[in-house]
Amino acid sequence: MKVTLFATCLVDMFQSNVGKATVELLEHLGCEIDFPTAQVCCGQPSYNSGYVKESKEAMKTMINTFSHAEYIVSPSGSCVAMFHEYEHIFKDDPVWGPKAKELASKSYELTQFIVDVLKIEDVGARFKGKVTYHTSCHMTRLLGVKKAPMVLLSNVRDLEFTELPGKEQCCGFGGTFSVKMAQISEQMVDEKVAHVEETGADYLIGADAGCLMNIGGRIERNLKPIKVLHIAEILNSR
Amino acid sequence: MSMKISTTDFKERVDKGIQDSFMRGAVVGAQERMGTRRLDATIELGNWEEWRNHGEEIRKHVLDHLDYYLEQLSENVAKRGGHVFFAQTAEQANEYISGVIKEKNAKKVVKAKSMVTEEIHLNQCLEDAGCEVIETDLGEYILQVDDHDPPSHIVVPALHKNKEQIRDVFSEKLGYKKTEKPEELAWHAREMLRQEYLTADVGITGCNFAVAESGSISLVTNEGNADLVTSLPKTQITVMGMERLVPTFEEMEVLVSLLTRSAVGQKLTSYITVLTGPREEHDVDGPEDFHLVIVDNGRSSILGGEFQSILQCIRCAACINVCPVYRHVGGHSYGSIYSGPIGAVLSPLLGGYDDYKELPYASTLCGACTEVCPVKIPLHELLHKHRQTIVEKEGKAPISEKLAMKAFGLGAASPSLYNLGSKFAPTAMLPFTSGDKISKGVGPLKAWTEIREFPAPNKERFRDWFKNRDKGGEPS
Repeated sequence: MKVTLFATCLVDMFQSNVGKATVELLEHLGCEIDFPTAQVCCGQPSYNSGYVKESKEAMKTMINTFSHAEYIVSPSGSCVAMFHEYEHIFKDDPVWGPKAKELASKSYELTQFIVDVLKIEDVGARFKGKVTYHTSCHMTRLLGVKKAPMVLLSNVRDLEFTELPGKEQCCGFGGTFSVKMAQISEQMVDEKVAHVEETGADYLIGADAGCLMNIGGRIERNLKPIKVLHIAEILNSR
Repeated sequence: MSMKISTTDFKERVDKGIQDSFMRGAVVGAQERMGTRRLDATIELGNWEEWRNHGEEIRKHVLDHLDYYLEQLSENVAKRGGHVFFAQTAEQANEYISGVIKEKNAKKVVKAKSMVTEEIHLNQCLEDAGCEVIETDLGEYILQVDDHDPPSHIVVPALHKNKEQIRDVFSEKLGYKKTEKPEELAWHAREMLRQEYLTADVGITGCNFAVAESGSISLVTNEGNADLVTSLPKTQITVMGMERLVPTFEEMEVLVSLLTRSAVGQKLTSYITVLTGPREEHDVDGPEDFHLVIVDNGRSSILGGEFQSILQCIRCAACINVCPVYRHVGGHSYGSIYSGPIGAVLSPLLGGYDDYKELPYASTLCGACTEVCPVKIPLHELLHKHRQTIVEKEGKAPISEKLAMKAFGLGAASPSLYNLGSKFAPTAMLPFTSGDKISKGVGPLKAWTEIREFPAPNKERFRDWFKNRDKGGEPS
């Protein structure tokens, strides 16, 4: 099966390991990966800040870049949710509306794609360690992907899973919110880190680069002995 | 236009909120309790999503035919001998109510909890006219005794106070001598209030839902205070937001079920009171004179626009009880009597962007509010719509942000610019980079790195790795 990878700008620039793990994992599952180099940012930072007009050009670039794809897969729930949002943003546009709708219909978050499209629940991974999982807001609430990561993690050999208290609570990232409302964001991420610590887990896993950068950055600043990994890295461990 | 509760700026209010550890403890505790109870109550009802769809449908229908139902309501109130007054502004509402008070030569007013009277600052107006006003909802009473501390939550107004603080307020202001036990505190308030009901000239209430087909008003409470307010004084004045009505009792039942479960996780509250007009000949109690004041105060300009769905709100506060921002900053930080997600959407609409332009940004757009709303208001989408309005129509966004977003838009839209920018990012960031992280960023990164580490851009971007790999290079 041919999969077109939407790496996301954060993964491309800051978390290339996540991109590599995604490619290797999908290849292991029998997919052929295509990476169109014209891909840019999905436009979410400026769109969510209210700059809708300014964001539309990036969205159009993305729509064109992925128009040939059969399946678009991304290791970030929030960015896929943004692809789905394009459909609403361009709904009154006779030219871009139908194209945006098509893009949304073939865009999947990584774990969602593995479970719902490939119909695989056990990727054959092995990871030794005690982990907890942060359910990102956009992935669960906007994209509606709740079960897929849990199903996949439950089949990872040697992995000890512990549930995160207050898992439905936002980590305080929120894109530009993290800097615009830094004082509030700090309180939110501190509560999240405290919850992670409570679990006694050695690893915090997530499926969204933004949240992981936020929680991970706070964990690192406060020198907590917790490692932060993307779910692709866990599922690609053997 | 007067729901404002503070003159300090947003950042100061938030700082104050964050530093108030008593308040934060109380808010976290309340969110946990009410969140769990709400969830249990929705599961117990079954088919919650169908109930929500039905609730949304009812509210949308009413808003789409508001003129028709308002007319039906006022006709039916008049038929039963009540007086109806449409107030376009807060001032008109206050003026009318003051007029009734004056006409009755009333010296004392008892009030049941009402957010719309908070919105129009009715108490202040009546007190200025020399009338004594007594709040009878326990939470509101506590706040009133504490030098008119404003409410911090639309259902639980004194949420920000713990029992020790309430004991101190009662001791100082009412000569209370007992402990901080809630039963003792409540008993004291009850004793104080009982006298007030008996001597009050006028009772003022809000209205959860008015019923158009009968001209009735309904009050949903747990304390029974509203029943005393509406049965003892000779005159009753009910104040309602112009959108708070339903066609028939059938729809009222649906909305009350959604309200009590969403607000406090109860199947029903202890009292659900429906009142129709003044006392009739065969009635044993009730007011001799009944006035219904229907308040617009900015609502009609929301109607028909892109924010119309906010008028679907039934004031259950479920959105406030799950909001992660409210959780840390508390209600007073919003600077409006309407706090949390509903407040962040409604306050700028009713009170203007000058006072409330920060509120739409005080959200991560996490969607928790939208997920719990019993009438399916897309709250996080409305917050986003506000941001778009502030940027595009109001022109109130900072210039530096506008330039940054324009640059971002250009860079993100052009594959070649993006490629160039991301390729040289590691070099550009080098002066600030130590190892694999940036601890002291500048520009927009400054606020980030004051709290967290920021990752240094990868020297080999993902796209470079992929390209080299395609060429037969060794995957790293």
